[in-house]
Amino acid sequence: MSLETPTRSPQGTELGVELAPHPAHLLDAYKRRGLIGRRLLTAAVLGWFAILILTPTLALVRGAFASGLAPFWTAITSADAQRAFRLTLGITLIATVVNTVFGLAFAVVLVRQRFWGKTLIDGLVDLPFAVSPIIAGLMLVIVYGPQGWVGRYLESAGLRVVYAWPGMALATIFVTLPFVVREVVPVLREFGVDQEEVAYTLGANRWTTFWRVTLPSVRWGLAYGVTLTVARALGEFGALLVVSGNILGRTQTATLYIHDGIESFNTEGAYAASVLLAGVSFVTLIVMEALRKRVEAHERPE
Amino acid sequence: MAVGRSETLLPKTRKRRRPSGLLLRSASLSYLGLMVLLPLAALGVESAKPGVGAFVKAVRDPFAWHALRLTFVTALAMVLINAVTGTATAWVLVRYEFFGKGFVNALIDLPFAVPTVVTGLMLVALYGPTSVMGAFLSSHGLAIIYQKPGIILALLFVTYPFVVRSVQPVLLEMDRAEEEAAVTLGATPFTIFRRITLPTLWPSILTGAGLSFSRALGEFGSVVMVAGNRPLETKTGPMYIFGEIESGNAHGAIVVSVVLLASSLGVIVILNLLQRRGGERNHVA
Repeated sequence: MSLETPTRSPQGTELGVELAPHPAHLLDAYKRRGLIGRRLLTAAVLGWFAILILTPTLALVRGAFASGLAPFWTAITSADAQRAFRLTLGITLIATVVNTVFGLAFAVVLVRQRFWGKTLIDGLVDLPFAVSPIIAGLMLVIVYGPQGWVGRYLESAGLRVVYAWPGMALATIFVTLPFVVREVVPVLREFGVDQEEVAYTLGANRWTTFWRVTLPSVRWGLAYGVTLTVARALGEFGALLVVSGNILGRTQTATLYIHDGIESFNTEGAYAASVLLAGVSFVTLIVMEALRKRVEAHERPE
Repeated sequence: MAVGRSETLLPKTRKRRRPSGLLLRSASLSYLGLMVLLPLAALGVESAKPGVGAFVKAVRDPFAWHALRLTFVTALAMVLINAVTGTATAWVLVRYEFFGKGFVNALIDLPFAVPTVVTGLMLVALYGPTSVMGAFLSSHGLAIIYQKPGIILALLFVTYPFVVRSVQPVLLEMDRAEEEAAVTLGATPFTIFRRITLPTLWPSILTGAGLSFSRALGEFGSVVMVAGNRPLETKTGPMYIFGEIESGNAHGAIVVSVVLLASSLGVIVILNLLQRRGGERNHVA
């Protein structure tokens, strides 16, 4: 057998008996043809992957370091870039904390409680995934803008939401709302109520049970959801663009800084910030992969 | 399973949980209402305010109409390509062994992690008019950046993981016995794929394709960087919406938003219905 293949051979043990009367050359021919096709297909997929994903990534890195390390460093440490990254981190922190708390609450409500209209609510949680970032921004302007449904009252109370950082935080919260809920719900459902009920019979109150029993059991799903939230919040752009308004020298997040950099021919700054942001996303991706494996391992203990 | 025990316990624990449970529920529902339902309702109401005639007129506006059509056409082109390449990628990752497989498998999700603006800048860096590649391609009559192919390329990048990640688990769980039986009956690899593997994979391919289509209808960050923003040429729906917001035509922006949002929601609802029906059929079988 020179044509050993990693996939299970057609002469698998369970088929061995029935296979015996068949001519051997049929299987050999199949394998030979299969091997050529296999190599071609693998090469095609790897080629496509390289063209679509790898080369653009490398082109970005090359662009950022085209004139060496020093200009990159200058661009990254410029006051504008620093301010933009600080704002991005602040907004990401707010959105992550808010959506972690409400995401957990929501998951508990969706899994453990029964009420009228639950299916509808369940679907509504996912809605932000289907909404274009631009439309999300537009919705928030309609509601919370200076002339908006709620915004006009807030404005007269001296509270500006849209065209200021609270609006940017709100937009980020909107687009990242489903992540924690979606990741915690299946884990919580799988976990069941047995252990919680044991805790109740032992005299634990609701709060203690949540902290000591429920939360530890969903920790990997929660961590995965939080990571997705962070990744998305760091990179949100469209909704922030609408909500921040087209003001010269507006408050910029990192993504807005990149966009405005290209518009105003500050390409060096845009490239440098992009590489930094892409680097952070890359780290998040590695964390995501590790967590995904853990979640899957937890969901299927056998 | 202590069924009898938990049955006797359940009413008691339920009663004990009730006040805090109600508080939790009202807090979460108010949050959802304020964050999602209110903005959605506001968009709907504002789009309908000037009447049906104005709505139709705003959609039929030549600039809006072209932008919407461009969005749908480019999304469709992307879906056709991604359905094939995504399925092939999932196939190769599940069925074959090769050097660097773990690396590729991990990097599939890169488009989900990279901010869309950065994606756009990546494509400009690679194919832009000042790059080696871009200069070479445009000298051969194939300009990508600031043209329609650039839009499709950006959409392909940002939605690449959808089909792969949807097909992969199905392929992993698939029982190989039928394929093996077909081999012994003398079927060619292509026949086996077409007659046995593909029918099993169809639902997951469709799910991945539907999700990427829905995402593509709203994609903005990457497209705005590569499309060039020329009205009646490379201005997509979301770009049109943004332009109208900037120029103060709120109604035009809102109407096109409603059309795009209804389309991407429609795709997702149809997918859910199909999945439910498929699930029921599996249940019966």
